[in-house]
Amino acid sequence: MSILGNRVRRKEDPRFLRGEGRYVENLPLEGALAVTFVRSLYAHAAINGVDASAAEALPNVQVITAADMDLAPYGPPPFPGLNTAMGRPLLAGDRVRFVGDIVAIVVSGDRATGADAAELVMVDYDPLPAVVRPEDAAKDEVLLFPDAGTNVAGGSGSADHDPALFEGCDVVVTGTLDSTRMAPCPLEPRSAAAEVGPDGRVTAWLSTQTPHQDRMVLAGTLGLDPAEIRVVAPDVGGGFGAKMLNVEEILVVWLARRLGRPVRWTETRSESMVALPHGRAQRLDFTIGGTRDGKVLAYRLDSLQDAGAYPSLGAFLPNLTALMSSGVYAIPKIEFEGRAVVTNTTQIAAFRGAGRPEASQAIEHALDVFAAELGMDPAEVRRRNFIPKDSFPYTTVTHAAYDSGDYEGALDLVVRSAGYDELRAEQRRRRDAGGPLQLGIGVSSYVEITNGIDETEFGEVEITPDGNAIVRTGSFSHGQGHETTFAMIAAERLGMPVENVTVQKGDTDDVAKGTGTYGSKSTQIGGAAARGAADKVVEQAKQLVADYLEASAADIVLDPALGHLHVAGDPAVALSWADLAARASADERISELKADHEFKSSPTFPFGAHVAVVEVDTETGRVELQRLIAVDDAGTLVNPMIAEGQVHGGVATGASQALYEQVVYDDDGNPLTGTFVGYAFPSAADLPSFEAVEMETPTPVNELGAKGIGESGTIGATPAVHSAVLDALSPLGVRHIDMPANGENVWRAIQEAKA
Amino acid sequence: MTRIAVTVNGSRHEADVEPRQLLVYFLRDQLGMKGTNVGCDTTSCGACTVLIDGESVKSCTVLAVQADGSEVTTIEGLADGDELHPMQQAFHEQHGLQCGYCTPGFVMAAVSLLKENPDPTEEEIRHGLEGNLCRCTGYHNIVRAVQAAARAGA
Repeated sequence: MSILGNRVRRKEDPRFLRGEGRYVENLPLEGALAVTFVRSLYAHAAINGVDASAAEALPNVQVITAADMDLAPYGPPPFPGLNTAMGRPLLAGDRVRFVGDIVAIVVSGDRATGADAAELVMVDYDPLPAVVRPEDAAKDEVLLFPDAGTNVAGGSGSADHDPALFEGCDVVVTGTLDSTRMAPCPLEPRSAAAEVGPDGRVTAWLSTQTPHQDRMVLAGTLGLDPAEIRVVAPDVGGGFGAKMLNVEEILVVWLARRLGRPVRWTETRSESMVALPHGRAQRLDFTIGGTRDGKVLAYRLDSLQDAGAYPSLGAFLPNLTALMSSGVYAIPKIEFEGRAVVTNTTQIAAFRGAGRPEASQAIEHALDVFAAELGMDPAEVRRRNFIPKDSFPYTTVTHAAYDSGDYEGALDLVVRSAGYDELRAEQRRRRDAGGPLQLGIGVSSYVEITNGIDETEFGEVEITPDGNAIVRTGSFSHGQGHETTFAMIAAERLGMPVENVTVQKGDTDDVAKGTGTYGSKSTQIGGAAARGAADKVVEQAKQLVADYLEASAADIVLDPALGHLHVAGDPAVALSWADLAARASADERISELKADHEFKSSPTFPFGAHVAVVEVDTETGRVELQRLIAVDDAGTLVNPMIAEGQVHGGVATGASQALYEQVVYDDDGNPLTGTFVGYAFPSAADLPSFEAVEMETPTPVNELGAKGIGESGTIGATPAVHSAVLDALSPLGVRHIDMPANGENVWRAIQEAKA
Repeated sequence: MTRIAVTVNGSRHEADVEPRQLLVYFLRDQLGMKGTNVGCDTTSCGACTVLIDGESVKSCTVLAVQADGSEVTTIEGLADGDELHPMQQAFHEQHGLQCGYCTPGFVMAAVSLLKENPDPTEEEIRHGLEGNLCRCTGYHNIVRAVQAAARAGA
């Protein structure tokens, strides 16, 4: 029986449970100097000068400023449409553009001295007017980059309006939804260390999701040959899309080369809250129209993306929002216009979902508003618009080519699992009784895209002299459990116990190439690459066994249950992997039991449906999330335990966007949520247990049948939870509540509806 | 510098510490015990949770000098050789960890929680652990792990 589909306990757990995690800050690095960044306290200011004399008077302290910098500004990333006149100086020279911009670097013998010295670096600022809201930035009155002549950092879709778009619609409704700015908050803040070896090569240990890509970008930025750089991502304590190479890592490597000494920087949490890129921050204006019986005929979505101070991946994300704007619905006409603008705030990049939650939040909210206008149940209006199960592959009018799906099946399953009719009955009872504690029920249906840009991943399998296997993958794991799932995938092909398979990743000297982990693509391309490499090793092993048994390779078979290779029909004369490896080692032919494979595929489109149940205190505005029932279909699951874990974490973050979290700035661009005290990161007491319901619709684009699972829960949960709060308050006439639907926003919405 | 004597995981350590030295950095930098992680700077996340004389504390908010004369237990001191502590085993069995960074703090806080309340309800577990933050698990399987450990009499 195949090991795939089993709830195999994770191989990586013991070292974390024992406190032996190899995070960058834990690595021994003899004599490493501490790096402390001096960051701007102003959102927008001119710099007249930097006086480091008091800081440098401390023992063993050196201060580095823009005057010492010989590298060009960094970014924006090479995505189409981004404004290349908006690169980020690695050290701010004449101007700072957000609270957290780096003005100077303190290098010291230890961290405490570095913190003391950083406070003594005197920066002479001339404050400039700050532009904090994207709608203000779009006016181009205060420019962040005067030479660029605009704050527009990127665009997507078309500004053209079809005046006939909503022709033939009985009902047309409009609305606005702010997909709030969130802080990714991996529990391990970033850390980077670097050292130049005796051979002149530099090794960088980075808390990153993308070691191989980081190596290439470091080489390009520093003007080095990639062969001169080794990047090692050891254990990484969460990433959520935010941990990709940024200026801090470049500066650390630059410093190690400049000083000829090992250096290390570890971010403090308060630093991370302003320096690590944020996510979301899209304003979504929608218009939706259709017939009286609930059929949507046209949809227009305008996205205003806050890109933060320097355009990064975030400025490109409206393209993904556009691609996924049709959701799970067959909508005949869609118009999309996306604009990204720079503001005096922290950069926006990827965060769990990255462009797709925004699409899902917009269409789901639009459908709810449409349903309310029609007086139709939100589940029913969805049923009337689903892309039918028998129409896959299906290409939307926004050119998303959905691979497989059963959207109505997912909704039926989640509605049934939730006991939807009973919930509605309970809601009616409470409404009739008229007490303060009202029930709200929210429904969402979603589809998302994983491996969105047709990427290729690398895998290698090697049989060791003792007959075990090593899998090397260009994918990376910072919590996702690849050391277990990828071992399962290879073990299944090799007919080997999973215990005998070790997964190696994250070291560019050990793994020839890779793309890293983001966009929920690991299993579907990285897992598939490992599978392909294992298959090649089996074929090569057959040749070797044929030589040893004096048979033809075509006649050799692998018994997957025993891991024995023998001539078909003659299992008595067989070689186990251990036998074969021992003999091949002795013959110096062990290298024949090693193969690599690159796997490329088109995207997959995971989908699902969620139901959220909230109780709202209509007197105080307090919201309690009571239940979250989630159907997340990611195709065939390699390890359902790990997949469910991904769903749980995703759902928590999705619910938290709806109810709790938001990065807030004041009008001058000062962050008001710059610590874990100010930012509403939910604890266990703020969330319920989740009800994850299994559904598996395989994809045809890889042999595992696997789609991505890392972001689905996030994408499905936010609209369901937000909708549930609105649903609870609809009898009070509440039609709009800004996210997060926390006590304050809910209470205000109730008061406004009363007024 | 102040001279302190602290017993950590059964071993007595005497050391000179700066008065401002936090317990977590005493453990990590002076004793070289890297198992206790630092996740914030506002006593919010609990990643650095250890036991002092059997009670959980956030070691980022205790000065090393305050630990003078006490017994400190860290994540490294929990397992019995090759055998994981029942709480560690429960986190493993219930998939109560993903990236692993918050895990040492959660395990220590959960050990302390069950010591105070050996048979907690789900709500008591959730409130008992609200001083620890996790971004990966949504807490679902952490709660399951503590329930399983309670059943196992951890």
